[in-house]
Amino acid sequence: MAPHSSTRQPVLVGNGQGFWGDSVLGPVRLVNEGPIHYLTLDYLAEVTMSIMQKQRARNPQAGYATDFVKMVERVLPRCIDQGIKIVANAGGVNAQACADAVADVARKLGVSVKIGIVEGDDIMGQLDELMAGGEEFRNLDTDEPLKNHLDKLQSANVYLGAQPIVDALTQGADIVITGRATDPSLVVAPLMYEFGWDLNDHDKIAAATVAGHILECGTQSTGGNFDGWRDVPDMAHIGYPICEAYPDGSFVITKQEGTGGLVSTDTVTAQLLYELGDPHSYLTPDVTADFSTIELEQEGPNRVRVHGIKGRAATPTYKVSMSYSDGYKILGDLTVTGPDAAEKARFTAELLFARLEMDGTTYDDSQKTIEIVGTNTACFPGMIPAADPAEVVMRVGVREYDKRKADRMGAELASLLLSGPPGITGFAAGRPRASEIIGYWPALLSKEKVNASVSITEVKA
Amino acid sequence: MSKTVRLDQIAYGRSGDKGDDSNVGIWARTPAGYEIIERELTPERVRAHFDGIMTGEVTRYELPKLRALNFILGHSLAGGGSGSVRTDAQGKAHARGLLYMEIDVPDDFEV
Repeated sequence: MAPHSSTRQPVLVGNGQGFWGDSVLGPVRLVNEGPIHYLTLDYLAEVTMSIMQKQRARNPQAGYATDFVKMVERVLPRCIDQGIKIVANAGGVNAQACADAVADVARKLGVSVKIGIVEGDDIMGQLDELMAGGEEFRNLDTDEPLKNHLDKLQSANVYLGAQPIVDALTQGADIVITGRATDPSLVVAPLMYEFGWDLNDHDKIAAATVAGHILECGTQSTGGNFDGWRDVPDMAHIGYPICEAYPDGSFVITKQEGTGGLVSTDTVTAQLLYELGDPHSYLTPDVTADFSTIELEQEGPNRVRVHGIKGRAATPTYKVSMSYSDGYKILGDLTVTGPDAAEKARFTAELLFARLEMDGTTYDDSQKTIEIVGTNTACFPGMIPAADPAEVVMRVGVREYDKRKADRMGAELASLLLSGPPGITGFAAGRPRASEIIGYWPALLSKEKVNASVSITEVKA
Repeated sequence: MSKTVRLDQIAYGRSGDKGDDSNVGIWARTPAGYEIIERELTPERVRAHFDGIMTGEVTRYELPKLRALNFILGHSLAGGGSGSVRTDAQGKAHARGLLYMEIDVPDDFEV
């Protein structure tokens, strides 16, 4: 195992997973295609936490990102050999079970490893106590108190920051598994650990947070989802982003030699702006970063230097991410062919809802969606005159608290092939069914009410 | 004298979701281009451009060091998250939509 190497300069952090569902090739290639010191992976979205809570309710050993364990199996021997540490929020709502599964993999591979586990983000079991103590968990968007929705709640997690991950690294962890931690903190923690920074080094923590933001969506900073896509070389072999960090808080965004994709001031700017709110106050549990201070320079091919970043103290609260059951939705589509495809598609959608009404099934207008895909209705209504396409997709959707009422729409859809205007096709996917809507409830909680904890599971070969 | 160009000739864009709001980041390809987008892409004009998609207001932030503007499109995702039944429930296409905007540039402006 590599010793703690505070002499490492620069420190190389690569992110190989932008979300649960991203290609497993990302982390495997990052480890195999060149040097890195830390491999970070982001697996959690708001909806993911609620799915994981349900999985754990059925099976006490479930409720984490199982893809992570499969990925570890592919890279662990090389990571241990090269001293590459792994930091991932793969723990979901069951970080201990995730660590146990990783430990099993290590034993199978005959590899010694220390696994750090960060917990304390899951406050589902403490909600009653917290609310009895006066916490209202008002929705940050609507200001509504949580109590009206408590019976439908499915998960409640605070977004933890970098410090508990730093603590796990300090205790010798080769792999750190967290539950809900903010994505940038997965990058902030290794830099704090390597350079000895603490959370009062606001500018440096802000810089590391910006690095984390650039890395967190994987290939979205290396030429993916980028307007200059025609000029992105070899997109099939697109490289994953690497932060080459220096102790003064500056860093270079790059990718492994020989990989495809592009790292330019434009590809980095694209990711800096992604899901950005007020650039002057980018809030994480670690810092308040000012994105308007960021300066970029192209210092070489596929090398963008990032510097000048300023930060302020973090807020005294954690963001809480809660999910709750919020009824059902159903979506169906049919392809309508011409002549007059768009006109017929609109007519067909009206037929559908008229037939349903004949059978006593009506939906609130505000809960219905009709899109004629191919006529600029989905994205640019009124902006661009629609031509007369020879084919369009009629897409209808309904939100409904009564699941049977939602499913009724799915049962009526296919009959339109025989009882509507001519040329309707594209029913290959079969009858659509209602699916549950997972509502998202963002709130705040004082940091002092949360106890993050770190433990270590050790495997000796 | 001025001429009209489509925004994607002088700028790039990326958009994504924040609850029921989307954010649209637009950045100019050149410093001269930033002066134009800063002048032309007013919150009022962007709000009118997305009429029919959004029901809230547009907030604009400036990031001159990145030659960028960041727009928050309030209530533009028909519920957002897993609740929206729109094709573009995450606002991924909103930047595409703005890049279609026709804007005035000086006659001698090179694109």
